[in-house]
Amino acid sequence: METKRLTLFAGHYGSGKTNIALNFARILRQQTEAVTIADLDIVNPYFRTKDSEAALAAEGIRLIVSEYANSNVDLPAMPKEIYGLVDDRSTYGVLDIGGDDRGALALGRYVPAILEENNYEMLAVINKARPLTRTVEDTLAVLAEIEGACQLPFTGIVNNTNFGLQTTAEDVLGSLNYAEEVSRASGLPIKYTCADERICPELEGKVPNLFPLKLQKLYYMINTEVQNGKSNI
Amino acid sequence: MSEKVLMKGNEALAEAAIIAGCRHYFGYPITPQTEVAAYMAKRMPKIGGTFLQAESEIAAINMVYGAASTGHRAMTSSSSPGISLKCEGISYLAGADLPALIINVQRGGPGLGGIQPGQSDYFLATRGPGHGDFHVLVFAPSGVQEMADLTLKAFDLAEKYRMPSMILADGTMGQMMEPVVLPEPQESHNDLSWAVTGTNMEREHNIVNSLYLQPQDLEDMNNQRFARYAEIEKKEAMWEEFMMEDAEICVVSYGITARIARNAINEARKQGIKVGMIRPITLWPFPKAPLAAAADKVKHFVCVELNMGQMKEDVELAISCKKPVDLCYRVGGMIPSPTEVLEAIKKAM
Repeated sequence: METKRLTLFAGHYGSGKTNIALNFARILRQQTEAVTIADLDIVNPYFRTKDSEAALAAEGIRLIVSEYANSNVDLPAMPKEIYGLVDDRSTYGVLDIGGDDRGALALGRYVPAILEENNYEMLAVINKARPLTRTVEDTLAVLAEIEGACQLPFTGIVNNTNFGLQTTAEDVLGSLNYAEEVSRASGLPIKYTCADERICPELEGKVPNLFPLKLQKLYYMINTEVQNGKSNI
Repeated sequence: MSEKVLMKGNEALAEAAIIAGCRHYFGYPITPQTEVAAYMAKRMPKIGGTFLQAESEIAAINMVYGAASTGHRAMTSSSSPGISLKCEGISYLAGADLPALIINVQRGGPGLGGIQPGQSDYFLATRGPGHGDFHVLVFAPSGVQEMADLTLKAFDLAEKYRMPSMILADGTMGQMMEPVVLPEPQESHNDLSWAVTGTNMEREHNIVNSLYLQPQDLEDMNNQRFARYAEIEKKEAMWEEFMMEDAEICVVSYGITARIARNAINEARKQGIKVGMIRPITLWPFPKAPLAAAADKVKHFVCVELNMGQMKEDVELAISCKKPVDLCYRVGGMIPSPTEVLEAIKKAM
């Protein structure tokens, strides 16, 4: 995997940035010693990188996350260590940016240093299953809002079309045209197409640059397979 | 039928309210429900509706009172501490027999508590959130699809019985994402002839009011209202039964904890333990009948909830204390793991 020093994942909120960033950091760690993942999300109070804190530590990946994440404090504060990650060119960095333009706004303060070093990949995570990015036009509008907010242009696209744990191979295959159209209209290459690792065997050979995702443990704990009892609704 | 989309619980609920015909939203931000307000702020101007961020929760609920008086579908949303503030207004809505929808995406309490999920407003919601003798209809969604479906139901029943409805969700329900097929709009046949819409000099004034100067009038109103509540208790309780056919242990749980319990029950079944679940979907009216029936068949009940045992009391009442009822709980924003629930099931054997 050819990788720039800094890889940033931004996109519409709910597009799947956190899971992709976590998986990307894991793969990067297999190739290099120093990998840091930074959580810049100031939007989401739940489902954060911090849910994987122990797993990341066990794999030797450094996590930078607000000490308030997953706590009972409702404070959208950025950890000061992120400056260190942007400045310290001896480590690879994976940055998980908060959703939409509001989330991307928090990235703005680091952008001059990122542009100066010019060794970054700014990836737009897109998910056709989200109601506000179902069309190419709507998706481009969201991406433009994000670029406008953080002033860092995208360099590529990650197609992460999914319905959570209920995603099927057909859902992923059905999104390929959409991703290609977004790519054509924006001029950005499709770097990866992501899928839950459990459905990847069905997609091998059919999807270029397939990127298997292992989802955070919490998703399995609260999600049950569709298996309902008898209700009187 | 709509297409399947991936939505957050808070978003699905907000869009469902719009589908239900709600064009009047008044709110105030608080985690973990803020997406409802943010979504309404984006959508309402596009469909000719009103989104208004009030100066406080109290102002927002009183704006709901005003809009509801005119027979329009109005709603507000908040999370636990904000709901405490709204209680005065909810009591006024009940006292004026006004339909309206209040969303409570609960967090841990008491006081300012925290922002992680909770179910500790169970008593507050089911006993009547405010002063005076009254109830509100209480719905407890256990998935993003139900966040949407129950919103339509809540608006409809609120109008049918002229009383406030509450969606009692928890932080996880609001924040989690799942595929959802948004419901179709339903035709409403509810009587709105009481609404304050201007007489055009052609009829008597309609009066919306919760003040009764004569004690006898106020007593009559309370009795009328409770006659309606008795009808609701008979007709409108909703629940789900899961693997109850041969169950010897009955788990009772709602919202996020019911999902975790379902995982624990699946695991217990693999280990040969005969356990099932009754999941209340309405918390008021509480599904007493299926629980009472289960009490004659099972040996033990286990309540799983994110509070110190609030629903447990309703279970004990429903089964007339015929069988022991255990409690498996976490509070403060913590949620139990399926393993913890499984342990509680095994302890009840």
